[in-house]
Amino acid sequence: MTTVPSSLSLNTTTMLPRKLSTLQRQRRWGWFFLSPWLIGFFVFTFVPIVVSLFFSFTNFTLSKPDQIQIIGFANWQKLFADPLAMNALGVTIGFALLSLPVAVGVPILVAALLNSKFLIAKPVFRLLFYLPYMVPAISGIFVWQAFLNGQTGWLNRLLRSFGLNPPNWLQDATWIGPAMVLMSLWGIGNAVLITLATMQGVPQELYDASKVDGANATTAFFKITLPMISPVIFYNLILNTIGLLQFFIVPYVLTEGTGRPNGAAYFFNMHLYKTAFLFQDMGYGATMAWFIFLMALGLTIILFSTSRRWVYYAGGE
Amino acid sequence: MATYAPSRAVNTSPYYAVQLRKFAAIAMVTLFTIGILFVFLLPFGNMMSISLRDQDSLAGNQDSPLLPMKPTLFEYQGQNLELLEVPIDGEVRQLAALTKRRTSVVFIDPENPDGEPIVWEGNWRGLKPVFSFQPRWENYADAWRMIDFPRLFRNTLAIAVIGMIGTLLSCISVAYAFARFPIPGKNWLFIILIGTIILPSQVTLIPTYAFFASIGWTGTWLPLIVPHFFANAYNVFLLRQFFMTLPRELDEAAMIDGAGPFRILINVIIPQSWAAIITVGLFHFVWSWNDYFGPLIYLLGQPELQPISVGVQIFNFRYGPRPELVQATSLMAMLLPLILFILAQRFFMRGVVITGVEK
Repeated sequence: MTTVPSSLSLNTTTMLPRKLSTLQRQRRWGWFFLSPWLIGFFVFTFVPIVVSLFFSFTNFTLSKPDQIQIIGFANWQKLFADPLAMNALGVTIGFALLSLPVAVGVPILVAALLNSKFLIAKPVFRLLFYLPYMVPAISGIFVWQAFLNGQTGWLNRLLRSFGLNPPNWLQDATWIGPAMVLMSLWGIGNAVLITLATMQGVPQELYDASKVDGANATTAFFKITLPMISPVIFYNLILNTIGLLQFFIVPYVLTEGTGRPNGAAYFFNMHLYKTAFLFQDMGYGATMAWFIFLMALGLTIILFSTSRRWVYYAGGE
Repeated sequence: MATYAPSRAVNTSPYYAVQLRKFAAIAMVTLFTIGILFVFLLPFGNMMSISLRDQDSLAGNQDSPLLPMKPTLFEYQGQNLELLEVPIDGEVRQLAALTKRRTSVVFIDPENPDGEPIVWEGNWRGLKPVFSFQPRWENYADAWRMIDFPRLFRNTLAIAVIGMIGTLLSCISVAYAFARFPIPGKNWLFIILIGTIILPSQVTLIPTYAFFASIGWTGTWLPLIVPHFFANAYNVFLLRQFFMTLPRELDEAAMIDGAGPFRILINVIIPQSWAAIITVGLFHFVWSWNDYFGPLIYLLGQPELQPISVGVQIFNFRYGPRPELVQATSLMAMLLPLILFILAQRFFMRGVVITGVEK
């Protein structure tokens, strides 16, 4: 609605000469409609990435921006010698290795269950499995904090009623990782929905044909369903890998920024946030940010290069 | 009809066996799913239970009741007497204790308060109080007032709605460009756009923050709103996929009638795309409602401007020892997104599938 007047003003400044061909005119309109993203990409993505790299070679701090000095690779050397950063990196990678199989595997299992021909009231189940995804992260963290309470939390009451001796999840350095993996289950909604939609799109003929060949349901799942949904598995794998590198809100809020117990929940991104925003060391913060970026880039390249072997694109791409 | 029925003596047993097996499978799978779902949603129950508790029934021990239960009281001549479970003559009766001593207790029968008091020999400490379900709804009123919920709600709503307008204007425009115009290098631009989805946001964070700080925008809503007027990859992708499915014949007919690209967008494309536009609007609204990191860094030390995510977190760091208020505010913060989702679930689910599957 507000775009209309702005277009008029633009039209008058870039009055099109009559000689322009239709194609040229269409192109100009194309660039015009594309311009919000082009400007946004340039201002909020491209330039900041470059400046971030530049900052990583300086001692830039926001309180004294005019005293910026180029200090070469000092920040990069500091990064690899910083025990807090390296420990946080270890925590982040360890948690990612714990969490990835769950984040990628559980949605497949839930989707398979929701796709079962023996399940009734499917739309209701689909809705309810998706519902927690809509809970704001902040609320979800506090709700789970109460649920995982060692004494009064319902999870431990349930486990004790089965005669188990459950851990004090959030106070125990060994268990806070698994606890956060449990919490991440509330975020599977999207992956379940996408996986389910893809499963429903697998042609029935494939299953019929496999039945004729004597395949049972398990074989059909591994030989037909999994290969056919492999693009979605790959998509979830990429998004979760990148997301886990940036893991922040859950450990930050859960531990009130401390990474307790024993730094077992002190993630790389929390160290970045503290360095850049609490200690105002933005040059070093930018170094850590670029380090995450390089890791994400490297992992994406590795995953894409392995994807040829196991991701199946129907119709060939 | 009956005359055409197949001979039951021959057919029933295999037919019913198959039916029975199918029914058993349905029952098993469905019950199994219900079981998993129950555990999956159990944290909600935990939240509700704590949020309705009385402060003094919150003692952190593992034998405390699961639900907001309190010892039941019985009013007798202006006094509140505790109801205890008393074994008398082989049966357990619920009686109100008038005087408690270590060797004997005088009880009033609540069903017959004017009758003769009952004297029971023994130590009253050995008797269990009668618990009853007594939710304390006032916790919600307290939390609402203490957190200043109306202010948080207004702030969040303003940031979300203005940002939503920006997202819609910019994403519709960019998606229209990708769907309909012959831009040189369009495929490459589109790959770059999609690539920004997996770009870790940290890498742009510090320069962006420094930029907003240098133009004096930190401590205002502007950094949380203005970037949304420059399109985002997910929403452009969703809208572009939708626009691509619209037949070009209508555009061309409008063009022959002399409509320019704007008229076509407003009169032809948008009226056919309400479903996708509503989806994008809802996605942005919920995203913005949930956003925590942006307000955390840009609104530091500005409590009167903070949205609900940061408001709830700060409140809960301060009132950590009041779990009933923590849980009440958590529920208050999630209510609107959940209601919106349930009302508009079709839009959400189709949007998720479009952005996720068609890649």
